[in-house]
Amino acid sequence: MANLALRNLTKSYGTTEVLHGITLDVADGEFVVFVGPSGCGKSTTLRMIAGLEETTSGIIEIGGREVNNLEPKERDIAMVFQNYAIYPHMSVKKNIAFGLRSSKMPKADKEKRIQEVAGILDMTDLLDRKPSQLSGGQRQRVAIGRAMVRDPAVFLFDEPLSNLDAQLRTQMRLEIKKLHQRVGNTIIFVTHDQVEAMTMADRIVIMKDGHIQQVGTPTEVFHKPANTFVARFIGAPSMNLLSGELDGTLVRLNADRQVRIPGVAAGGATNILLGVRPDDLHLDSANPILSGKVTLLEPLGAETLIYVDTPSGEIIAKADGRNPPQVGDAVQLGAAPENLHVFDSASGEALT
Amino acid sequence: MADIVPSAEALLTTQPAKRPRNMGQIIRWLLLFLGGVLMVMPLAYMISTSLKWPHEVYNVNLIPEEPTLENYTFVLEDGRFYLWFLNSIIIATITTICNLLFDSLVGYTLCKFRFPGRQIVFIAILSTLMIPTEMLVIPWYLMSQAFGWLDSYWGIMFPGLMTAFGTFLMKQFFEGVPDDFIEAARIDGLNELQIWWTVAMPLVKPALAALAIFVFLGNWTAFLWPLIVTNSVDMYTIPVGLSGFGDEADVAWELIMTGAAISTIPTLVVFLIFQRFIIRGVVMAGLKG
Repeated sequence: MANLALRNLTKSYGTTEVLHGITLDVADGEFVVFVGPSGCGKSTTLRMIAGLEETTSGIIEIGGREVNNLEPKERDIAMVFQNYAIYPHMSVKKNIAFGLRSSKMPKADKEKRIQEVAGILDMTDLLDRKPSQLSGGQRQRVAIGRAMVRDPAVFLFDEPLSNLDAQLRTQMRLEIKKLHQRVGNTIIFVTHDQVEAMTMADRIVIMKDGHIQQVGTPTEVFHKPANTFVARFIGAPSMNLLSGELDGTLVRLNADRQVRIPGVAAGGATNILLGVRPDDLHLDSANPILSGKVTLLEPLGAETLIYVDTPSGEIIAKADGRNPPQVGDAVQLGAAPENLHVFDSASGEALT
Repeated sequence: MADIVPSAEALLTTQPAKRPRNMGQIIRWLLLFLGGVLMVMPLAYMISTSLKWPHEVYNVNLIPEEPTLENYTFVLEDGRFYLWFLNSIIIATITTICNLLFDSLVGYTLCKFRFPGRQIVFIAILSTLMIPTEMLVIPWYLMSQAFGWLDSYWGIMFPGLMTAFGTFLMKQFFEGVPDDFIEAARIDGLNELQIWWTVAMPLVKPALAALAIFVFLGNWTAFLWPLIVTNSVDMYTIPVGLSGFGDEADVAWELIMTGAAISTIPTLVVFLIFQRFIIRGVVMAGLKG
C-alpha cells in the first residue's frame, strides 16, 4: 500500500497538449475516482500512472518513489481494464496466477494466495473454467482477481463496469467498494458515470479538457461545486442554472424576482448564473424565487420530476411522488438561500 | 424469413413449401458436386495411373484394365525415394517452423510497436510479393554459391525461411489481438518477447495453423528452386526426384504418379493436425461478451 502523487503532469501528442498540468495527492488507502466526459483525459492520466503512456512532463510518485522512468511492472501497480483483458486461452486459475509469474514467492504460497483471492471474490468453484464459460460479471471478477493476487500498492481501474448491464453494474459497484474496505489498498478508478463516482469514491476528481475542475468528497462536489461544469456534471437531473444580475448580496432574476444570498463573494461580477438543484426546489416554499407553468411530468415512484416553464427558461424540480402537480398547473418554486449557488456567468467559477 | 413463413400457395396445398427449397438445394448440391469432381479428378487420375501398367498410361479410362501394385513395389524398393522423402520432410518441416517463428515475430512487431520507418519496412516486405520467383532464382543461386550452400539443405531452404505473405498474414491477425491483452501482460511483468510468446501467439493459433499448412504444402511441392540448387541425386526433394523417373525417350508417368500418391500422405497428415486449430476461434472469448 502506498500514497500516490501527481506533480504538474502534462501529456502531448505531437503539438497537441491533452493534459495540462495535473497535480493531485492521493493518500494511502484512499479510493479516488476520476470522472469526466469522454476525452477529458481521465484514462490518459490513469495510463500514465500505469506506465502505459509516456509522461511529457511532470512527476508521478508512488509510495514516495518517482516512477516516471520505471516500467509498468516495476511500479507496483495492478490494472483492471474495461474489456477485462483476461487471457482467453488460460483457465481462470492460470489467469489469476499470471499476475504472480514474475514473483519469487514459493509455489505453495502462490497456490495459497490464489485460493485466498478466489475465496474473497467467490470464484473457488470457477477456477478450472475458461473465460468463454463465464458470464460478464464473472469475467470482471477474474480480472479483479488477477490484479488483487499481487497485492499491489495501487489498484487502477479503467472504466471496469462500463460493459456490464445496469443491475450487474450496481452489484459490482458494491463488491468493489466492499473489497476496498476489506483489503484497504489505494484505488484509482476511472469512470464517466457520475453515479459510480458518487457512490464509490472517498474523493472525486472531476476533469474536463485535460484540466482538473474540482477535487473533493462526493458531498463537497455535490453541495459546493467549484464551477458550472461540476454543477451540471454531478447530480441527476442536473442543477438548474438561471441567468441574473448580482448587486451586493442580492441576485436579480428575470421578471424582477430577487433573492438575497448571504454567502456570496462581494465585489465580483454583475452577470451571474444562479444555480439550484432540482432536489432543493420546493413547491410553496417560504422563499419563492420562481413561478411558472408545469409542462411535463416524469414520475419516478417516490418522487416526480416536474418541468416548469418560467421567465428564466425551463427548469426541473422534484415534487412528491404521491401528490404531484398536474401539467398546466401554475406553481411557485422556492429554495432555502443556503441551497442556492452563484456562478460568474463569464468564467463559470463559483462565487458562493 | 422466406423459409419460415409459408406462402399462401403452400398453405392451400397439402405439401408445405418444400419444392422451391428443394430445387434451390438441388442446384446448390449439383454445383458443389461439380466443384468436388473438379477437385477430385486429378487425384483420382493420380491414383488410377499409379495402378496401371506402362502401356495403359495414355488411356483415359479411370479404372485400370489390369490393376497392379507393381509401381508401388518399384518405387518403394528404389532406395532413392526414401532419401528424397526424407529430404522433403526435413526441408518442409524446418521451413515451416522457421516461417511460423519469423513471420509471426516480424508481423507482431510491425503490428504492435510504433517506431520510425515502420510503414516503410512493411511496404518493402510487401513489395517483394510482386517479384516472381523466376526473377529471383539467379540472385538466389549466386548467393548460394557465394555462401557455399549449393547442393545443401541450407541452399534449398534459405529463400523460404521467412515469407512476405506469412508476415502480412500474421500482421493482419495480430491486428485482431486487442492491445489490452498486451498491456495487461506488460503490467503483469512480462517482457516483450514473453508477451509475444505466451499471450499473443496462442491467440493467433488459427492463423499459425493456416500458415503452417500453406508453407508446408508450398515447400513440399516446390520444384523450380530445388531443381536449380541441387546437383546430386541424394539432395533431391520428392518433386525433383520424381521428375527424373523414366529416360530421355519416355517419361514414366506411372512411376511419377505412384511417387506423387505416396508423397501426398504427409500433406494430409499436416492438414489433419492443423485444421482443427483453424476452426477454433479463440480471440474474443476473453473480452466483453
